[in-house]
Amino acid sequence: MAAFALAVLLPFAGLVLAALNPSGTVVSGLAWPEHPTLATFGAAWSGAGFAGLLRNSAVVVLGVVPLSLLCAVLAGYAFATMEFRGRGALFGFLLLGLTLPYEAAVVPLYYDLRAFGLTDSPLAMVLALVGLFMPFGAFWMRRQFLALPAELLEAAALDGADSWTVLWRVLVPCTRPAITTLGLLYFLWGWNQFLLALVLIQDPAERTAPAGLGFFVGAHSINVPMLAAATLIVIAPVVLVYLCFQRHFISGMLAGAVKG
Amino acid sequence: MSRAPAARRRPVAYLYLAPALAVYTAFVALPWLHTVWISLYTWDGVTIGTWNGLGNYRRVLTDSAMLAALEHALGFVLFFSLLPIAFGLLLAAVVGGRGGRRYPLTRAVLFLPQIVPLVAVGVMWRWMYGPDGTVNQALRAIGLGSLTRAWLGDFTWAYAAVGVVGTWVMTGLALVLFQSGIQRIDTSLYEAVRLDGAGPFREFAAVTLPGLRAEIRVALTVTVIAALAGFDIVYVTTAGGPGTSTTVPGVLIYRLAFTDGQVGAACALAVVLSTLICLLVLAIGRLLREDT
Repeated sequence: MAAFALAVLLPFAGLVLAALNPSGTVVSGLAWPEHPTLATFGAAWSGAGFAGLLRNSAVVVLGVVPLSLLCAVLAGYAFATMEFRGRGALFGFLLLGLTLPYEAAVVPLYYDLRAFGLTDSPLAMVLALVGLFMPFGAFWMRRQFLALPAELLEAAALDGADSWTVLWRVLVPCTRPAITTLGLLYFLWGWNQFLLALVLIQDPAERTAPAGLGFFVGAHSINVPMLAAATLIVIAPVVLVYLCFQRHFISGMLAGAVKG
Repeated sequence: MSRAPAARRRPVAYLYLAPALAVYTAFVALPWLHTVWISLYTWDGVTIGTWNGLGNYRRVLTDSAMLAALEHALGFVLFFSLLPIAFGLLLAAVVGGRGGRRYPLTRAVLFLPQIVPLVAVGVMWRWMYGPDGTVNQALRAIGLGSLTRAWLGDFTWAYAAVGVVGTWVMTGLALVLFQSGIQRIDTSLYEAVRLDGAGPFREFAAVTLPGLRAEIRVALTVTVIAALAGFDIVYVTTAGGPGTSTTVPGVLIYRLAFTDGQVGAACALAVVLSTLICLLVLAIGRLLREDT
C-alpha cells in the first residue's frame, strides 16, 4: 500500500519541484531546482489571468452547490417517503443519467444554449451541471432518508406536521453529514469539470480554471516550470478542501459509487 | 424508513420532484434526445441540415477513424479497469483476513488522483513522458537509456502511455474500495477455511473474492465508464495523436462537432457510445449481482 502511495505522490512531487524553478528553465526529470524561487507562481498567475479564472470557477461552484443540493434534497425526499404514480419510472429515468456520458449531451446542449444566447455565461454552466448532478444527488439523498428510522416520520406526522415542516425540521437536520458530503462532491465535480467548460464557454474572460489550464498548456507547452506552477494553482483549491474534509470525500465517493 | 403498506398517494410529491426533474430534463434528457435526432442528419452546425437516415451510423460502424476510437476506448478498459482491480485484489489477497489496520494517511494519498482535475493529471503526465521527463530519467538511471523516447509522440507507445495514466488515476480507488470492503468480511469465515486446511490461494478464492463481490462490481462499473467516456486525459496529453493512435470517442466527438463541422456524425458516435456504455454497465450489474 505504501508503494502505491509513493507511486501516486511521485508525479505530484515532480510537479512541485518543477514549479520552483525560474520560468523558462529546462527541467530534466525529478531534480531539486538549482535556483529555487516562488517567482514562477507569480508569472503563471498573471500570465494565465488566474485571478479571473479562479473567480469564474468560484462563481460556477457557488451557483451549482446550493442549487443542486436543494433540488437533490427535495427529490430524494419525495422518492424516499412518498407514494405517487410513476415513482419507479421517474426514478429509473433519473438513474439513466448516471451512465450517460457527458459527450452525448454536450453537442446539442451547446447549440441549444447558443440559440437562447446562454453560452459564454456562468449561468449556462451552472444549469447544465445541476442537471448532470441530479441523478446522483437524488439517489444519494433518497438513500439517506430511507436509512432513517421510520418512527421519526411517524412521530412527526402524529404531531400534525406537514411534509414541508417534516423535511426541514426533522429529516434535514438528521442527515446533515450526508448533505455536507454531497455538497463537497458537488464542489469537487463542479470545479473539475472540463469538457462542459471547454464547449459552453468560448469567451476567454468567462473561462473556468481547468479550461484555462487546458488552453495554457497549448500556449506554454515547453515552459515546464510555468506549466507546473499553473497546474498547482488550479489544483490547490480542491486539494485544500480535500485535506480538510478527507473523510467525507472518501466515504462519499465509496458509498456513492455503489449504484452505477 | 419502511413505508406503511396503506400509504396514500401524495400528489405533493410532484412538487418536490419538479425542480430536479425540470433541470435534469432540460439539460440532460432533452439534449440527449436532440443528439439522437441530429444523428439522423448531415449537419455542419451552421446551415440547415439534410436528412441522412442511418447514414451516420453506417459511417460510425465502417469508418476506420470511428472504429479506431471505439476500439481504443474498449482497450482502455484494460488500463482503467482491469489493471487497477487486479492491483486492488492483489493487495486484498496479501492483507487478507488479517483485517487490515486503517492507514488514514495512505488512504488519503491513494485517493488524491480521484480528487484533482483530470486536466491537471494530463498536464502532469505530459511532462513526465516528455524527452526530459521523469520516465526517461528513471530509465537512464537504471541503465535502460536506449529505451528513452518522447513517449506521447511515439506511434507504438503513446496508447499504452496514456493507458498507464488511467491506471495511475484508478488504482487508488480500487485499493481503497477493496480495503474498506475487506474489513466488513466476517473474520470467522477465514478461521473456518483455515481449519479446513486451506492455503492462502483457497482462502482468497473462497472468502476474499466472494466477500468483495459488491466492491468489485462498483469498481468495475465506475472504471469502465471512465475508460469509455474519457475525454480530459487524452485531450490534454495527446489530443488523440500521433495520427489517430490514441483517439477516443470523447475526443473524436468534440473534434467532429466543434472543429470539423460534422455534427451529425459526432452525434451518431455519441449515441453509439452511450449505448455501448449502458450495455456494459447492465452486463456488469447482471454478472456480479449481489443476490446470487
